[in-house]
Amino acid sequence: MSFDDFLQAFFSLEILQQAWPILWAGLLNTLLLSVVVVPLGFLGGLILALLGTVHSRWVRWPLIAWVDLFRSLPPLVLLVFVYAGLPFAGLEVTALTAVAIGFFLNTGAYYGEILRAGIESVPRGQVEAARCTGLTAAQAMAHVVLPQAVRNVLPDLISNTLEVVKLTSIASVVALPELLFQARQAQSVTYNATPIMAAAVIYFILLWPVVRLLSRLENRQMAGRR
Amino acid sequence: MSAAIVEARGVHKYFGGLHVLKGVDLAVRERELVFVIGPSGSGKSTLLRCLNRLEEPSDGSITVDGIDMLDRRTDINKARQRIGMVFQSFNLYPHMTALGNVALALRRVQGMSRAAAEARARQALERVHLADRAGHYPGQLSGGQQQRVAIARAIALEPRVMLFDEPTSALDPELVGGVLQAMRELRESGMTMVVVSHEMGFARAAADRVVFMDGGRIVEEGPPEAIFGNPQQERTRAFIGQIERH
Ligand SMILES: Nc1ncnc2c1ncn2[C@@H]1O[C@H](COP(=O)(O)OP(=O)(O)OP(=O)(O)O)[C@@H](O)[C@H]1O
Ligand SMILES: [Mg+2]
Repeated sequence: MSFDDFLQAFFSLEILQQAWPILWAGLLNTLLLSVVVVPLGFLGGLILALLGTVHSRWVRWPLIAWVDLFRSLPPLVLLVFVYAGLPFAGLEVTALTAVAIGFFLNTGAYYGEILRAGIESVPRGQVEAARCTGLTAAQAMAHVVLPQAVRNVLPDLISNTLEVVKLTSIASVVALPELLFQARQAQSVTYNATPIMAAAVIYFILLWPVVRLLSRLENRQMAGRR
Repeated sequence: MSAAIVEARGVHKYFGGLHVLKGVDLAVRERELVFVIGPSGSGKSTLLRCLNRLEEPSDGSITVDGIDMLDRRTDINKARQRIGMVFQSFNLYPHMTALGNVALALRRVQGMSRAAAEARARQALERVHLADRAGHYPGQLSGGQQQRVAIARAIALEPRVMLFDEPTSALDPELVGGVLQAMRELRESGMTMVVVSHEMGFARAAADRVVFMDGGRIVEEGPPEAIFGNPQQERTRAFIGQIERH
Protein backbone atom coordinates (compact mmCIF):
# COMPACT_ATOMS: atom_id res chain seq x y z
CA MET A 1 0.00 0.00 0.00
CA SER A 2 1.50 3.31 -1.04
CA PHE A 3 1.43 6.41 1.10
CA ASP A 4 -1.09 7.92 -1.28
CA ASP A 5 -3.38 4.94 -0.77
CA PHE A 6 -3.00 5.41 2.96
CA LEU A 7 -3.96 9.08 2.74
CA GLN A 8 -6.84 8.21 0.48
CA ALA A 9 -8.15 5.60 2.96
CA PHE A 10 -7.84 7.70 6.13
CA PHE A 11 -7.54 11.39 5.29
CA SER A 12 -9.41 12.01 2.06
CA LEU A 13 -10.60 15.59 1.68
CA GLU A 14 -13.04 14.52 -0.93
CA ILE A 15 -14.66 11.98 1.37
CA LEU A 16 -14.63 14.49 4.20
CA GLN A 17 -16.50 16.94 2.04
CA GLN A 18 -19.11 14.31 1.21
CA ALA A 19 -19.47 13.13 4.79
CA TRP A 20 -19.42 16.54 6.42
CA PRO A 21 -23.21 17.16 6.57
CA ILE A 22 -23.68 13.78 8.27
CA LEU A 23 -20.85 14.42 10.70
CA TRP A 24 -22.16 17.90 11.42
CA ALA A 25 -25.58 16.54 12.35
CA GLY A 26 -23.88 14.03 14.64
CA LEU A 27 -21.72 16.71 16.23
CA LEU A 28 -24.80 18.82 16.97
CA ASN A 29 -26.43 15.84 18.66
CA THR A 30 -23.32 15.12 20.69
CA LEU A 31 -23.20 18.74 21.82
CA LEU A 32 -26.91 18.69 22.64
CA LEU A 33 -26.50 15.48 24.62
CA SER A 34 -23.55 16.86 26.58
CA VAL A 35 -25.34 20.07 27.40
CA VAL A 36 -28.35 18.12 28.67
CA VAL A 37 -26.59 15.24 30.36
CA VAL A 38 -23.74 16.95 32.24
CA PRO A 39 -25.88 19.42 34.23
CA LEU A 40 -28.50 16.73 34.88
CA GLY A 41 -25.88 14.30 36.16
CA PHE A 42 -24.36 17.03 38.31
CA LEU A 43 -27.77 17.91 39.70
CA GLY A 44 -28.44 14.24 40.47
CA GLY A 45 -25.05 14.03 42.17
CA LEU A 46 -25.73 17.14 44.22
CA ILE A 47 -29.03 15.69 45.44
CA LEU A 48 -27.33 12.43 46.40
CA ALA A 49 -24.45 14.20 48.14
CA LEU A 50 -26.82 16.40 50.13
CA LEU A 51 -28.91 13.38 51.10
CA GLY A 52 -25.64 11.81 52.22
CA THR A 53 -25.29 14.46 54.92
CA VAL A 54 -28.55 13.36 56.57
CA HIS A 55 -27.75 11.25 59.62
CA SER A 56 -30.65 8.87 59.47
CA ARG A 57 -30.45 5.24 58.48
CA TRP A 58 -33.81 5.66 56.74
CA VAL A 59 -31.95 7.88 54.30
CA ARG A 60 -28.51 6.30 54.49
CA TRP A 61 -29.32 2.73 53.53
CA PRO A 62 -31.56 3.47 50.54
CA LEU A 63 -28.94 5.96 49.40
CA ILE A 64 -26.11 3.43 49.54
CA ALA A 65 -28.27 0.90 47.70
CA TRP A 66 -29.15 3.48 45.04
CA VAL A 67 -25.57 4.59 44.43
CA ASP A 68 -24.28 0.99 44.38
CA LEU A 69 -26.96 -0.08 41.96
CA PHE A 70 -26.41 2.67 39.42
CA ARG A 71 -22.66 2.47 39.63
CA SER A 72 -22.71 -1.30 39.02
CA LEU A 73 -25.13 -1.32 36.08
CA PRO A 74 -23.25 -0.79 32.80
CA PRO A 75 -24.51 2.52 31.36
CA LEU A 76 -25.43 0.82 28.11
CA VAL A 77 -27.58 -1.75 29.89
CA LEU A 78 -29.20 0.97 31.97
CA LEU A 79 -29.97 3.00 28.88
CA VAL A 80 -31.58 0.10 27.02
CA PHE A 81 -33.48 -0.72 30.18
CA VAL A 82 -34.90 2.80 30.44
CA TYR A 83 -35.68 3.12 26.75
CA ALA A 84 -37.21 -0.32 26.30
CA GLY A 85 -38.53 -0.75 29.82
CA LEU A 86 -40.43 2.46 30.54
CA PRO A 87 -43.01 1.85 27.80
CA PHE A 88 -44.02 -1.29 29.71
CA ALA A 89 -44.76 0.94 32.66
CA GLY A 90 -47.00 2.97 30.37
CA LEU A 91 -44.43 5.72 29.78
CA GLU A 92 -43.42 6.37 26.20
CA VAL A 93 -40.14 8.25 26.19
CA THR A 94 -38.23 9.85 23.38
CA ALA A 95 -34.65 8.78 22.81
CA LEU A 96 -33.37 12.02 24.30
CA THR A 97 -35.51 11.63 27.42
CA ALA A 98 -34.30 8.06 27.83
CA VAL A 99 -30.69 9.20 27.59
CA ALA A 100 -31.36 12.02 30.04
CA ILE A 101 -32.91 9.64 32.57
CA GLY A 102 -30.20 7.01 32.12
CA PHE A 103 -27.41 9.54 32.58
CA PHE A 104 -29.17 11.21 35.49
CA LEU A 105 -29.11 7.82 37.24
CA ASN A 106 -25.66 6.62 36.21
CA THR A 107 -23.67 9.83 36.02
CA GLY A 108 -25.50 11.23 39.04
CA ALA A 109 -24.22 8.35 41.14
CA TYR A 110 -20.63 9.15 40.14
CA TYR A 111 -20.91 12.91 40.60
CA GLY A 112 -22.62 12.15 43.91
CA GLU A 113 -19.68 10.16 45.22
CA ILE A 114 -17.24 12.86 44.15
CA LEU A 115 -19.27 15.63 45.78
CA ARG A 116 -19.71 13.58 48.92
CA ALA A 117 -15.93 13.25 49.20
CA GLY A 118 -15.70 17.01 48.65
CA ILE A 119 -18.18 17.78 51.41
CA GLU A 120 -16.35 15.45 53.77
CA SER A 121 -13.07 17.21 52.99
CA VAL A 122 -14.33 20.46 54.53
CA PRO A 123 -13.34 20.65 58.21
CA ARG A 124 -16.18 20.51 60.73
CA GLY A 125 -15.02 23.80 62.23
CA GLN A 126 -16.24 25.57 59.09
CA VAL A 127 -19.84 24.58 59.71
CA GLU A 128 -19.50 25.33 63.41
CA ALA A 129 -18.21 28.81 62.72
CA ALA A 130 -21.11 29.44 60.34
CA ARG A 131 -23.74 28.05 62.71
CA CYS A 132 -22.31 30.16 65.54
CA THR A 133 -23.11 33.31 63.59
CA GLY A 134 -26.71 32.19 63.16
CA LEU A 135 -26.62 30.63 59.69
CA THR A 136 -29.01 27.72 59.29
CA ALA A 137 -27.65 24.30 58.36
CA ALA A 138 -28.81 24.85 54.78
CA GLN A 139 -27.18 28.29 54.58
CA ALA A 140 -23.93 26.92 55.99
CA MET A 141 -24.02 24.20 53.34
CA ALA A 142 -24.75 26.60 50.49
CA HIS A 143 -22.40 29.45 51.38
CA VAL A 144 -19.58 27.80 53.33
CA VAL A 145 -19.33 24.06 52.66
CA LEU A 146 -20.33 23.54 49.02
CA PRO A 147 -18.07 26.21 47.49
CA GLN A 148 -15.08 24.68 49.28
CA ALA A 149 -16.22 21.13 48.53
CA VAL A 150 -16.51 21.79 44.80
CA ARG A 151 -13.15 23.51 44.72
CA ASN A 152 -11.49 20.63 46.57
CA VAL A 153 -12.73 18.01 44.10
CA LEU A 154 -12.73 20.12 40.95
CA PRO A 155 -10.20 17.89 39.12
CA ASP A 156 -12.34 14.82 39.82
CA LEU A 157 -15.47 16.63 38.68
CA ILE A 158 -13.80 17.65 35.43
CA SER A 159 -12.40 14.15 34.87
CA ASN A 160 -15.83 12.71 35.33
CA THR A 161 -17.28 15.27 32.96
CA LEU A 162 -14.79 14.19 30.28
CA GLU A 163 -15.90 10.59 30.74
CA VAL A 164 -19.54 11.61 30.53
CA VAL A 165 -19.06 13.50 27.26
CA LYS A 166 -17.27 10.49 25.77
CA LEU A 167 -19.99 8.23 27.09
CA THR A 168 -22.69 10.14 25.19
CA SER A 169 -21.70 7.98 22.21
CA ILE A 170 -23.83 5.17 23.67
CA ALA A 171 -26.91 7.24 22.83
CA SER A 172 -26.82 5.68 19.38
CA VAL A 173 -28.20 2.42 20.80
CA VAL A 174 -31.50 4.18 21.36
CA ALA A 175 -31.35 5.56 17.82
CA LEU A 176 -30.01 8.96 18.74
CA PRO A 177 -27.46 9.57 15.99
CA GLU A 178 -24.58 11.24 17.76
CA LEU A 179 -21.18 12.00 16.27
CA LEU A 180 -19.56 8.57 16.42
CA PHE A 181 -22.65 6.83 15.06
CA GLN A 182 -22.85 9.26 12.16
CA ALA A 183 -19.17 8.76 11.44
CA ARG A 184 -19.68 4.98 11.24
CA GLN A 185 -22.65 5.49 8.96
CA ALA A 186 -20.54 7.66 6.69
CA GLN A 187 -17.75 5.11 6.81
CA SER A 188 -19.98 2.24 5.72
CA VAL A 189 -21.44 4.29 2.89
CA THR A 190 -18.10 5.52 1.59
CA TYR A 191 -16.02 2.42 2.41
CA ASN A 192 -13.45 4.83 3.79
CA ALA A 193 -12.07 5.52 7.28
CA THR A 194 -11.87 9.29 6.82
CA PRO A 195 -15.17 10.04 8.63
CA ILE A 196 -13.99 8.07 11.68
CA MET A 197 -10.71 9.98 11.68
CA ALA A 198 -12.65 13.21 11.39
CA ALA A 199 -14.82 12.25 14.36
CA ALA A 200 -11.68 11.52 16.37
CA VAL A 201 -10.25 14.92 15.50
CA ILE A 202 -13.54 16.62 16.47
CA TYR A 203 -13.62 14.82 19.82
CA PHE A 204 -10.02 15.86 20.38
CA ILE A 205 -10.74 19.50 19.57
CA LEU A 206 -13.74 19.45 21.90
CA LEU A 207 -12.09 17.78 24.83
CA TRP A 208 -8.45 18.76 24.63
CA PRO A 209 -8.93 22.23 26.23
CA VAL A 210 -10.74 20.54 29.11
CA VAL A 211 -7.93 18.02 29.47
CA ARG A 212 -5.38 20.87 29.56
CA LEU A 213 -7.40 22.69 32.19
CA LEU A 214 -7.55 19.49 34.21
CA SER A 215 -3.79 18.97 34.21
CA ARG A 216 -3.22 22.56 35.17
CA LEU A 217 -5.59 22.18 38.11
CA GLU A 218 -3.93 18.92 39.13
CA ASN A 219 -0.49 20.48 39.00
CA ARG A 220 -1.70 23.37 41.08
CA GLN A 221 -3.17 21.03 43.69
CA MET A 222 0.08 19.09 43.83
CA ALA A 223 1.96 22.33 44.33
CA GLY A 224 -0.53 23.37 46.99
CA ARG A 225 0.03 20.17 48.93
CA ARG A 226 3.78 20.59 49.03
CA MET B 1 -24.29 44.09 90.70
CA SER B 2 -26.10 43.62 87.43
CA ALA B 3 -28.00 40.43 86.67
CA ALA B 4 -26.37 37.41 85.07
CA ILE B 5 -26.29 37.51 81.29
CA VAL B 6 -25.15 33.91 81.02
CA GLU B 7 -26.58 31.46 83.48
CA ALA B 8 -25.78 27.75 83.37
CA ARG B 9 -27.19 25.50 86.07
CA GLY B 10 -26.47 21.86 86.72
CA VAL B 11 -25.12 21.27 83.23
CA HIS B 12 -24.24 17.66 82.46
CA LYS B 13 -22.83 16.36 79.23
CA TYR B 14 -22.26 12.76 78.22
CA PHE B 15 -20.47 11.67 75.06
CA GLY B 16 -21.85 8.16 74.84
CA GLY B 17 -20.77 6.67 78.13
CA LEU B 18 -18.19 9.38 78.84
CA HIS B 19 -19.37 11.82 81.51
CA VAL B 20 -17.63 15.05 80.54
CA LEU B 21 -19.55 17.75 82.44
CA LYS B 22 -20.76 16.73 85.88
CA GLY B 23 -23.12 19.43 87.04
CA VAL B 24 -21.56 22.78 86.16
CA ASP B 25 -23.03 26.03 87.51
CA LEU B 26 -21.74 29.19 85.93
CA ALA B 27 -23.19 32.68 86.05
CA VAL B 28 -21.58 35.52 84.14
CA ARG B 29 -22.63 39.07 84.87
CA GLU B 30 -22.90 41.80 82.30
CA ARG B 31 -19.50 43.30 81.41
CA GLU B 32 -17.73 40.59 83.36
CA LEU B 33 -14.69 38.75 82.00
CA VAL B 34 -14.62 35.18 83.27
CA PHE B 35 -11.45 33.27 82.63
CA VAL B 36 -11.63 29.48 82.55
CA ILE B 37 -8.60 27.32 83.20
CA GLY B 38 -8.06 23.63 83.79
CA PRO B 39 -6.14 20.60 82.60
CA SER B 40 -6.64 19.12 79.14
CA GLY B 41 -9.84 17.10 78.96
CA SER B 42 -11.42 18.80 81.96
CA GLY B 43 -14.39 19.93 79.84
CA LYS B 44 -13.63 23.62 79.21
CA SER B 45 -14.38 23.52 75.50
CA THR B 46 -17.43 21.35 76.03
CA LEU B 47 -18.80 23.86 78.54
CA LEU B 48 -18.33 26.77 76.12
CA ARG B 49 -19.89 24.77 73.30
CA CYS B 50 -22.89 23.96 75.46
CA LEU B 51 -23.47 27.66 76.12
CA ASN B 52 -24.34 28.31 72.45
CA ARG B 53 -25.63 24.77 71.96
CA LEU B 54 -22.95 23.66 69.55
CA GLU B 55 -23.16 20.67 71.88
CA GLU B 56 -26.48 19.55 73.27
CA PRO B 57 -26.24 19.36 77.09
CA SER B 58 -27.55 16.10 78.52
CA ASP B 59 -29.09 17.83 81.51
CA GLY B 60 -29.35 21.24 83.19
CA SER B 61 -30.47 24.65 82.07
CA ILE B 62 -28.78 27.46 80.17
CA THR B 63 -30.07 30.97 79.64
CA VAL B 64 -28.26 33.65 77.71
CA ASP B 65 -29.54 37.20 77.73
CA GLY B 66 -32.84 35.93 79.10
CA ILE B 67 -33.27 33.31 76.36
CA ASP B 68 -33.72 29.69 77.36
CA MET B 69 -31.15 28.09 75.10
CA LEU B 70 -32.41 24.56 75.61
CA ASP B 71 -36.08 25.24 74.98
CA ARG B 72 -37.18 23.52 71.77
CA ARG B 73 -39.24 26.56 70.86
CA THR B 74 -36.24 28.90 70.99
CA ASP B 75 -35.07 29.99 67.56
CA ILE B 76 -31.50 28.83 68.01
CA ASN B 77 -30.20 30.68 64.95
CA LYS B 78 -31.54 33.93 66.30
CA ALA B 79 -30.22 33.25 69.79
CA ARG B 80 -26.74 32.41 68.50
CA GLN B 81 -26.33 35.88 67.04
CA ARG B 82 -26.20 37.18 70.60
CA ILE B 83 -23.31 34.86 71.40
CA GLY B 84 -20.07 35.39 69.52
CA MET B 85 -17.57 32.56 69.44
CA VAL B 86 -13.88 32.49 68.59
CA PHE B 87 -12.07 29.20 68.04
CA GLN B 88 -8.50 28.08 68.52
CA SER B 89 -8.27 27.25 64.81
CA PHE B 90 -9.86 30.56 63.61
CA ASN B 91 -12.19 28.71 61.21
CA LEU B 92 -12.28 31.55 58.72
CA TYR B 93 -13.91 30.70 55.41
CA PRO B 94 -10.91 30.30 53.08
CA HIS B 95 -12.88 31.07 49.92
CA MET B 96 -13.96 34.51 51.10
CA THR B 97 -12.02 37.69 51.78
CA ALA B 98 -11.74 39.05 55.30
CA LEU B 99 -14.60 41.40 54.45
CA GLY B 100 -16.66 38.53 53.00
CA ASN B 101 -16.09 36.48 56.14
CA VAL B 102 -17.41 39.25 58.35
CA ALA B 103 -20.27 40.24 56.05
CA LEU B 104 -21.70 36.75 55.41
CA ALA B 105 -23.95 36.48 58.47
CA LEU B 106 -24.88 40.16 58.28
CA ARG B 107 -26.28 39.54 54.82
CA ARG B 108 -27.70 36.05 55.16
CA VAL B 109 -28.92 36.12 58.76
CA GLN B 110 -29.63 39.77 59.45
CA GLY B 111 -30.81 40.34 55.90
CA MET B 112 -28.76 43.47 55.26
CA SER B 113 -28.10 44.69 51.75
CA ARG B 114 -24.62 44.02 50.43
CA ALA B 115 -23.62 47.64 50.86
CA ALA B 116 -24.91 47.90 54.42
CA ALA B 117 -23.33 44.59 55.40
CA GLU B 118 -19.98 45.58 53.96
CA ALA B 119 -20.06 48.94 55.68
CA ARG B 120 -20.75 47.24 59.01
CA ALA B 121 -18.10 44.60 58.29
CA ARG B 122 -15.56 47.34 57.61
CA GLN B 123 -16.34 48.94 60.98
CA ALA B 124 -15.82 45.59 62.69
CA LEU B 125 -12.48 45.12 60.91
CA GLU B 126 -11.47 48.61 62.01
CA ARG B 127 -12.11 47.65 65.60
CA VAL B 128 -9.46 44.94 65.30
CA HIS B 129 -7.18 47.26 63.28
CA LEU B 130 -7.46 45.28 60.06
CA ALA B 131 -9.42 47.66 57.84
CA ASP B 132 -6.50 47.66 55.41
CA ARG B 133 -6.71 43.86 55.05
CA ALA B 134 -10.40 43.76 54.10
CA GLY B 135 -9.68 42.44 50.61
CA HIS B 136 -7.22 39.74 51.70
CA TYR B 137 -8.08 36.06 51.78
CA PRO B 138 -7.36 34.12 54.98
CA GLY B 139 -4.46 32.36 53.26
CA GLN B 140 -2.82 35.76 52.75
CA LEU B 141 -3.04 36.72 56.43
CA SER B 142 -0.89 35.74 59.40
CA GLY B 143 -2.42 33.56 62.09
CA GLY B 144 -2.79 36.56 64.37
CA GLN B 145 -4.53 38.58 61.68
CA GLN B 146 -6.81 35.64 60.90
CA GLN B 147 -7.83 35.38 64.52
CA ARG B 148 -8.57 39.10 64.63
CA VAL B 149 -10.76 38.73 61.54
CA ALA B 150 -12.54 35.92 63.37
CA ILE B 151 -13.11 38.29 66.28
CA ALA B 152 -14.44 40.91 63.87
CA ARG B 153 -16.76 38.32 62.32
CA ALA B 154 -18.24 37.68 65.75
CA ILE B 155 -18.50 41.26 67.02
CA ALA B 156 -20.04 42.52 63.78
CA LEU B 157 -23.26 40.82 64.86
CA GLU B 158 -23.19 42.91 68.07
CA PRO B 159 -23.39 39.95 70.43
CA ARG B 160 -24.20 40.33 74.13
CA VAL B 161 -21.45 37.92 75.12
CA MET B 162 -18.31 36.56 73.50
CA LEU B 163 -16.89 33.07 74.03
CA PHE B 164 -13.19 32.46 73.34
CA ASP B 165 -11.83 28.92 73.19
CA GLU B 166 -8.03 29.11 73.43
CA PRO B 167 -7.85 31.97 70.93
CA THR B 168 -4.06 32.23 71.03
CA SER B 169 -3.03 28.58 71.40
CA ALA B 170 -2.46 28.02 67.68
CA LEU B 171 -0.39 31.19 67.24
CA ASP B 172 3.34 31.75 67.04
CA PRO B 173 4.41 33.58 70.22
CA GLU B 174 5.11 36.86 68.42
CA LEU B 175 1.53 36.96 67.11
CA VAL B 176 -0.21 36.41 70.45
CA GLY B 177 0.10 40.04 71.53
CA GLY B 178 -2.05 41.46 68.75
CA VAL B 179 -4.91 39.10 69.51
CA LEU B 180 -4.74 39.77 73.26
CA GLN B 181 -4.71 43.48 72.50
CA ALA B 182 -7.89 43.13 70.44
CA MET B 183 -9.49 41.20 73.30
CA ARG B 184 -8.41 43.81 75.82
CA GLU B 185 -9.97 46.57 73.73
CA LEU B 186 -13.13 44.55 73.39
CA ARG B 187 -13.26 44.20 77.14
CA GLU B 188 -12.76 47.93 77.58
CA SER B 189 -15.71 48.54 75.29
CA GLY B 190 -17.81 46.70 77.87
CA MET B 191 -18.20 43.29 76.25
CA THR B 192 -19.10 40.36 78.46
CA MET B 193 -16.55 37.62 77.84
CA VAL B 194 -15.88 34.01 78.75
CA VAL B 195 -12.31 33.08 77.89
CA VAL B 196 -10.70 29.65 77.96
CA SER B 197 -6.96 30.20 77.71
CA HIS B 198 -3.53 29.53 79.13
CA GLU B 199 -2.49 33.19 78.93
CA MET B 200 -2.10 33.73 82.66
CA GLY B 201 -0.67 37.23 82.21
CA PHE B 202 -3.82 38.26 80.40
CA ALA B 203 -5.93 36.64 83.12
CA ARG B 204 -4.13 38.55 85.84
CA ALA B 205 -4.50 41.83 84.01
CA ALA B 206 -7.99 41.56 82.58
CA ALA B 207 -10.07 38.87 84.30
CA ASP B 208 -12.69 39.68 86.90
CA ARG B 209 -12.96 36.09 87.92
CA VAL B 210 -11.01 32.91 87.27
CA VAL B 211 -12.76 29.56 87.18
CA PHE B 212 -10.73 26.39 87.60
CA MET B 213 -12.23 23.24 86.11
CA ASP B 214 -11.11 19.68 86.61
CA GLY B 215 -12.79 16.39 85.80
CA GLY B 216 -15.94 18.04 84.46
CA ARG B 217 -16.55 20.15 87.56
CA ILE B 218 -15.79 23.68 88.68
CA VAL B 219 -13.35 23.06 91.49
CA GLU B 220 -12.67 26.61 92.56
CA GLU B 221 -13.34 30.16 91.44
CA GLY B 222 -12.47 33.64 92.54
CA PRO B 223 -10.61 36.82 91.63
CA PRO B 224 -7.33 36.23 89.77
CA GLU B 225 -5.18 37.27 92.74
CA ALA B 226 -6.87 34.67 94.93
CA ILE B 227 -6.78 31.82 92.43
CA PHE B 228 -3.21 32.43 91.31
CA GLY B 229 -1.81 33.71 94.61
CA ASN B 230 -3.61 31.69 97.20
CA PRO B 231 -5.57 28.74 95.81
CA GLN B 232 -7.63 26.89 98.40
CA GLN B 233 -7.97 23.51 96.70
CA GLU B 234 -5.15 21.02 96.34
CA ARG B 235 -5.96 20.36 92.67
CA THR B 236 -5.95 24.06 91.86
CA ARG B 237 -2.63 24.50 93.60
CA ALA B 238 -1.12 21.60 91.67
CA PHE B 239 -2.40 22.96 88.35
CA ILE B 240 -1.27 26.54 89.01
CA GLY B 241 2.12 25.24 90.14
CA GLN B 242 2.45 23.25 86.97
CA ILE B 243 1.71 26.12 84.58
CA GLU B 244 3.79 28.65 86.55
CA ARG B 245 6.81 26.40 86.03
CA HIS B 246 6.43 26.73 82.23
N1 LIG C 1 -17.46 15.17 70.25
C1 LIG C 1 -16.92 14.42 71.23
N2 LIG C 1 -17.13 13.09 71.27
C2 LIG C 1 -16.59 12.33 72.24
N3 LIG C 1 -15.83 12.79 73.24
C3 LIG C 1 -15.59 14.12 73.27
C4 LIG C 1 -16.10 14.99 72.27
N4 LIG C 1 -15.69 16.25 72.54
C5 LIG C 1 -14.94 16.16 73.65
N5 LIG C 1 -14.88 14.88 74.11
C6 LIG C 1 -14.19 14.42 75.30
O1 LIG C 1 -14.65 15.17 76.40
C7 LIG C 1 -13.61 15.46 77.29
C8 LIG C 1 -13.54 16.94 77.52
O2 LIG C 1 -13.15 17.56 76.31
P1 LIG C 1 -12.95 19.12 76.18
O3 LIG C 1 -12.54 19.36 74.79
O4 LIG C 1 -14.15 19.82 76.69
O5 LIG C 1 -11.74 19.39 77.15
P2 LIG C 1 -10.88 20.70 77.33
O6 LIG C 1 -10.91 21.03 78.77
O7 LIG C 1 -11.33 21.73 76.38
O8 LIG C 1 -9.43 20.19 76.94
P3 LIG C 1 -8.25 20.93 76.14
O9 LIG C 1 -7.56 21.81 77.12
O10 LIG C 1 -7.39 19.81 75.68
O11 LIG C 1 -8.88 21.69 75.02
C9 LIG C 1 -12.35 14.85 76.69
O12 LIG C 1 -12.12 13.60 77.32
C10 LIG C 1 -12.70 14.67 75.26
O13 LIG C 1 -12.02 13.58 74.71
MG1 LIG D 1 -10.51 22.63 74.66
